[in-house]
Amino acid sequence: MADFLRQNAGRFFANNKKGENAELLADLNSEYRDRRKDAVKRVIANMTVGKDVSSLFPQVVKNMQTEDLEMKKLVYLYLMNYAKSNPDLVILAVNTFVKDTDHVNPLIRALAIRTMGCIRVDKILDHICEPLRKCLQDDNPYVRKTAAIGVAKLWDLDQERALENGFVTVLQDLVSDSNPMVVANAVTALAEMQESSVSKDVFVVNVAIMNKMLAALNECTEWGQIAILTSLADYRPLDSKEAENVCERVIPRLQHANGSVVLSAIRVLMIFMRYIKSEDFIKGMIKKMSPPLVSLLASAPEVQYVSLRNINLILQKRPDILQNDVRVFFCKYNDPPYVKREKLEIIIKLCNDKNIEQILSELKEYASEVDVEFVRKAVRAIGRCAIMIDEASERCVNVLLDLINTKVNYVVQEAIIVIKDIFRKYPKRYEAIIPTLCQNLDSLDEPEAKGSLIWIIGEYAERIENADELIENFLETFLEENSQVQLQLLTATVKLFLKKPAQSQEIVHRVLQTATNEIDNPDTRDRAYVYWRLLSTDPQAAKAVVLSDKPPISVETRTISPALMDELINNISTLASVYHKPPKAFMGNRAFSADAVKTAAAADARDEEQIIGDAVLDASGAPAPKNVMTDLLDLDFGSSEPAYTSPPVSSSKPASNNGPNYSADLFDMSSDMSGSSSSVFGGMGGMGGMGGMQQQQTQHQQQAPPPARNDPFGDLGGLGGFGQPPQQQQQQPTKPTQSSAENDLLGLF
Amino acid sequence: MASAVSAIFILDLKGKVLISRNYRGDIPMSAVEKFLPLVLEAEEDSQAPAPCFTDDGINYLYIRHNNLFLLAITRKNSNATTVMLFLHTIAEVLTEYFKELEEESIRDNFVIIYELLDEMMDFGYPQTTESKILQEYITQDAYKLEVQVRPPMAVTNAVSWRSEGIRYRKNEVFLDVVESVNLLVNANGNVLRSEILGAVKMKVFLSGMPELRLGLNDKVMFESTGRSPTKGKSIEMEDVKFHQCVRLSKFENDRTISFIPPDGEFDLMTYRLNTQVKPLIWVEALVENYTGSRVEYLIRARAQFKRRSSANNVEIHIPVPEDADSPKFRSGIGSVQYVPEKACVIWKIKQFQGGKEFSMRAHFGLPSVKNLEDADKKPPMSIKFEIPYFTTSGIQVRYLKIQERSGYAALPWVRYITQNGDYQMRMPDSIKASKMAPI
Repeated sequence: MADFLRQNAGRFFANNKKGENAELLADLNSEYRDRRKDAVKRVIANMTVGKDVSSLFPQVVKNMQTEDLEMKKLVYLYLMNYAKSNPDLVILAVNTFVKDTDHVNPLIRALAIRTMGCIRVDKILDHICEPLRKCLQDDNPYVRKTAAIGVAKLWDLDQERALENGFVTVLQDLVSDSNPMVVANAVTALAEMQESSVSKDVFVVNVAIMNKMLAALNECTEWGQIAILTSLADYRPLDSKEAENVCERVIPRLQHANGSVVLSAIRVLMIFMRYIKSEDFIKGMIKKMSPPLVSLLASAPEVQYVSLRNINLILQKRPDILQNDVRVFFCKYNDPPYVKREKLEIIIKLCNDKNIEQILSELKEYASEVDVEFVRKAVRAIGRCAIMIDEASERCVNVLLDLINTKVNYVVQEAIIVIKDIFRKYPKRYEAIIPTLCQNLDSLDEPEAKGSLIWIIGEYAERIENADELIENFLETFLEENSQVQLQLLTATVKLFLKKPAQSQEIVHRVLQTATNEIDNPDTRDRAYVYWRLLSTDPQAAKAVVLSDKPPISVETRTISPALMDELINNISTLASVYHKPPKAFMGNRAFSADAVKTAAAADARDEEQIIGDAVLDASGAPAPKNVMTDLLDLDFGSSEPAYTSPPVSSSKPASNNGPNYSADLFDMSSDMSGSSSSVFGGMGGMGGMGGMQQQQTQHQQQAPPPARNDPFGDLGGLGGFGQPPQQQQQQPTKPTQSSAENDLLGLF
Repeated sequence: MASAVSAIFILDLKGKVLISRNYRGDIPMSAVEKFLPLVLEAEEDSQAPAPCFTDDGINYLYIRHNNLFLLAITRKNSNATTVMLFLHTIAEVLTEYFKELEEESIRDNFVIIYELLDEMMDFGYPQTTESKILQEYITQDAYKLEVQVRPPMAVTNAVSWRSEGIRYRKNEVFLDVVESVNLLVNANGNVLRSEILGAVKMKVFLSGMPELRLGLNDKVMFESTGRSPTKGKSIEMEDVKFHQCVRLSKFENDRTISFIPPDGEFDLMTYRLNTQVKPLIWVEALVENYTGSRVEYLIRARAQFKRRSSANNVEIHIPVPEDADSPKFRSGIGSVQYVPEKACVIWKIKQFQGGKEFSMRAHFGLPSVKNLEDADKKPPMSIKFEIPYFTTSGIQVRYLKIQERSGYAALPWVRYITQNGDYQMRMPDSIKASKMAPI
């Protein structure tokens, strides 16, 4: 039989000679039933491979009136696809449709009403209401459940008409239907209509409706249960007792084999938890939620991915969940990369001083795998553990040293980047490993790794005997370096000079000269100017600024603001919970959404991965932000956003006087700058790239998500201007825009 | 939070659409053309592409099945778990219909696939997805039926998984308790993960609408809910999951598992044990690598379960370098085979009695030049086995009561088996014999 079918089916596709449509046309009009059916199949086959067979519309529709169910289905399918391109001819089909909704066979009644709703042409709308009303009252539940969805289809095309015909009321009545599947579909349809309704009164879940839904919950199919649980989540309980009752009736769903039923139930529980006062009850719920969450990891990888993203979310809301389950998140070597990545995130979130040993040995294992991206993430994760757990930092450093000794290029570079963060967190604790790091000088080719090592050399210049040689070594290629590396070199050289003036006077002079004369990047150049002025006017002040203590850094495992968190909890299991973005960020207005998504994605990526990396690299040695989280923006010229909070330096007269206008205070600590935007960077007044810079700023400010907490940079003060450096620039700077400096010109180093 | 999807596509790996169904008409079907380029783009950025992503206001959710993509697109904030599971369900149902779901079977059966897509989802919402029920009214040879098909009652019944009027001459029920062991041991011999996934699988050949009640030993039933204090050497059963036929609220109330079973095969219940039981089969490897000339393995395997049980069809897969050649083996028991295409050695032991220990030596030649580009992949050893009449959890079926109006007698059969799941042990670092240890 199957073979026969196969040959048969193959034939439908084989025929693609010219004039095929003519042949089909003849066959569609054939007097023989088999021949007509065969022709319709060929038409559908052509449709499947994307050929346009819309011109055959009248002939195909003629075959609609038949007792052959298969034939009927094929013609219906054709109609759904081509009604749009032949809106005027659809009227030919209406009669048969209406007749079919009266057919003795419920399968055909349902099929007709289902298909009518899918034909999104106005002409059909004039004829659908009566059959729809009949089908909603049909004796057969199969027809009723199909008609229920049919109302949503009509609503989607013409809300007015659906209201006028009283379909909303009929649907509301169907919520009390005796058949669970009809209830589920009525709930589904109403929920969808509520969302797009203007008055928002189509489906408001009250106690009565909730009880009906809870009753149907036990009996309907898995998909029906999901629909009901989804609508249940919209109910707001009156008091704690009621919330507990609902939860108790939802908890058995956690035992369902369908992962989506489980997550939908968890959504209800997480939402209702907000209303429950009894701590013990909540504890019990949390305990019951853990095992089903773990079981989700046994599903197909795509489902696992969605689940892991949700677990990540739930963990941030309820860190007490899954406390003892870190092992289940260990990666299998053949997990798809996207699953590994999410598991790694969760492992770090579950890391504590009790399981750190286990986690470290696991991360070390990952660091020796072959997937480069994953290896890098594993190394970064080790760094994050070190910063999170003080007692474990030494073990982490040892693991990192082991990894550096593997000499695998990308492992070494990544390790050096995280060690820089560890140095920030635990100053002066691990100096002994500096020689090992310096051995790998030559293998570094990524700017971030280079910058990190240079920062370390500058920071510990007094302990590194040959610091000047090392810096010198880097300086050979100064002009070719990425601006991030240039900035680090600049600062490291100044640090070196401040710590060992005798050895490095010549170097620092050369660097500042090169940077101010030959580099076009305004940031590098301007920082060089600032240093120069600082050093030439008041070396003590320079010391205070450049070598001051740095504030501690920390790792934030919670990457989502409380407000967004609540919204995401309301959306557990949906796309929003997977993207960790509010639904409006990827829905709605297209142009807007595309933009918003990009911004959010950018912010997100940094949130999750570069929390440490970004803010820590502090070039000037001045205090960095207290909360690294706020450093959401980095321009392409580097991840370092230092700022000055050293005491105001009263600047003496500049060495050269040809720019009296600019001889403002170098560090104007206007502490009332807190009103400035969330943007952390500012431009330098009066320099060449000013125009472009400002543009860039405004762009970034627009994209910047509103700050979740007070901007620690707010009171850092603005750098109004500065004295003209000894070497006059070739292109004369335009007047510094002091007014805009009021707003957003912060020190940019 | 309407979870509807707009359209579903089945594509080949080149991104060509094999068949599609537009459910809502709110997204131009041409959106699918961007799908594969977007996936490839994400791959190029060396981020592993996630199974769902958004682009230009359109969300793409997809799964891989054999050489196909099953893709759903939506503009809404759809329920991602539902969509993913639904795509998997489509794959399962189509596989049951055509044995194999692949490009050819799709082309050969396009008519029926359209019918199924129409029945399984309406306006983007999943409807009937039970393949057994679907097969009753969507069939490949519909035209043969004299009587016109009608929707089976089951489609909309509370019992949506079973049709009425099933008849068997001999009424039988087979119960298999299967426990799969997932184990991960690191190179130092520490157990990283040890869990047991259990399932009570049923094969039901019963007439009519039978009411079944399953009784398990108390230990299991109580421990699974944490009702009784666990004492002594007990095993905690975590997260029991039931097939949709089981009355969950009844189980919650009085711990009885009562249900009207679907016809044929299904998993009645699945559960998970997180235990630190001794790994059932323990394998140790010693690797000596004389780079550029040869590599030698000493493998020791030990059965760490009761003497009166034994493991059948044990297979130990040991990964070896891809460029290894001229294999030589010596083993105390079983047969050893080199499978170059998988770069591994398979040591097969037909029957492995509890408490015994065996060893095997393998010797390979290595080419004198090694391509340094070849990253050293380190797949773990994996072990396969089956231990009949044995469960780690101690779960036992006490009774299975079958009641049907006609009052027939039915025979239940029970089997127990423990087998490997994801049973992996990481290879230790080889002893580099030819080089000095790095300083």
